Amino acid sequence: MSDEPLRTDGGRADDGRTNDGQQFDRLPETPADREVEGRASRREVLDWWDERFGVPPETFDGVTFWEKGAGKVWAFAGDVDSPIRIEGLGLTFMRTRQEHWKPTTEAVQRFGADADRNVLRLSPEQAERFVAGEDQELDWDGDWGYLIAAHEIAGEDAPLGVGLYLHGELRSRIPKGRRREF
Amino acid sequence: MEPLERYRPIVDDFDAFLDACERPLPSAVRVNTIKSSTERVTAAFDEAGVGWEQADWNDRVMTVETDRPGNTWPYFHGWVQGQEEVSSLPAVVLDPNPGERVWDACAAPGSKTTHLAALMEDTGTLVANDNNLGRLSALRSNAERLGVSNVAVTNRDARNFSLKPFDGEPFDRALVDVPCSCEGTVRKNPDTFDEWSLNHVHSVAGVQKGILRRAVQATREGGTVVYATCTFAPEENEAALDHVIAEEDCRVVEMDIDIEHAPGITEWEGDGFDDSVRKAARIYPHFQDTGGFFVAKLEVTA
Ligand SMILES: C[S@@+](CC[C@H](N)C(=O)[O-])C[C@H]1O[C@@H](n2cnc3c(N)ncnc32)[C@H](O)[C@@H]1O
Repeated sequence: MSDEPLRTDGGRADDGRTNDGQQFDRLPETPADREVEGRASRREVLDWWDERFGVPPETFDGVTFWEKGAGKVWAFAGDVDSPIRIEGLGLTFMRTRQEHWKPTTEAVQRFGADADRNVLRLSPEQAERFVAGEDQELDWDGDWGYLIAAHEIAGEDAPLGVGLYLHGELRSRIPKGRRREF
Repeated sequence: MEPLERYRPIVDDFDAFLDACERPLPSAVRVNTIKSSTERVTAAFDEAGVGWEQADWNDRVMTVETDRPGNTWPYFHGWVQGQEEVSSLPAVVLDPNPGERVWDACAAPGSKTTHLAALMEDTGTLVANDNNLGRLSALRSNAERLGVSNVAVTNRDARNFSLKPFDGEPFDRALVDVPCSCEGTVRKNPDTFDEWSLNHVHSVAGVQKGILRRAVQATREGGTVVYATCTFAPEENEAALDHVIAEEDCRVVEMDIDIEHAPGITEWEGDGFDDSVRKAARIYPHFQDTGGFFVAKLEVTA
């Protein structure tokens, strides 16, 4: 990324604690607009959510996608210029630049309510084990890989977070800080 | 409780005030409308056998009968934020609209940021700033759990916050929820007064004035700034307002709030304040069994 503009204002932190190495770059619209090698495009991201989970692209109208660090994609509903060096921009959305792209639990809870593919519905007892971070043996005849675990609460489905299904086992991918034992 | 004696001359029914300050505070949550609704949250609490009671002035704010609201399904799903009842007041007073640009000058750990985001329907640009990086990481995790996607997080001293990363454009609104002597949180933190000193009150008052002035400067003409503290000290409340209306282009305006409160005071220990500071609200713990709070609304006039 040698074509990054040289920032001279980034170090002018008033308390000396601002991290200079933080920069968010907006994802290009399509693969043809790509300037930074390996960076996902908005179109690929939307296609992936549509194909993998059946989440329609309109869900993300008004949301822009940004990369900070290698492969970490953030979803932001506001309006700022790219690039921008600040501490955070919207919510952490998914991990790209790896063979199997992986959504975050935050993204699945926020945008996954309309998913109709690769959603694994858990019983109350399975849901509790899942949010405690436990892996569990489970039958599932859908795709292997990253999927959305959901349960019923107050009469409706609610996405819990991301699981990885392999060899008859559902592995919880709830981040440590969000695990709960009820 | 010793430092509270100072307030005997300004608080009606001072004994009830002291009694309330000695009682622990009930657990309260605010419904996060980005991910859920009051109906769904209360249904989920019912399903789990957790009792709840809505605040008179806001049906999205409720006390809950559990010591650990963090260990309930609504919390896990980011449908609620654990938040003291009065702490939901400033965002309601600021009243941001969807699509606006809003600055939260002292934002961590994000209870009010996430409330502002919900009132903005998670659109527009909400800049959440704090000078403490550790506290900002708590803000980030609250915002993520609540599914807030319109927030940009910065780590600056609010007193000389730069608009540069944001096109140099002033904001439509700003929330100034300053660091303070926290007297009003004594029900939650009984050791609040261990650290209390009049020197600290005076030194934090300097910081508050600096932050409030910067917020007025960073807000457009006709825009709104809300100033809030969780303390009773007039040095940190009315005196800050009196200072900023003298130094910057702004005025104190009426608020339309449905919560019982006393008006701002215009005299304290020999000092007089501008009459308009009466429009501020002092909320005392004995009024409706909450923490103590101070809130005022300013309009930027140039
Ligand atoms: C009352 S707390 C804010 C609570 C927050 N608004 C909420 O609702 O969760 C005050 C905050 O101001 C921050 N702070 C103190 N001095 C500051 C300064 N000069 N600039 C920016 N933030 C400051 C503190 O780190 C603290 O997080």
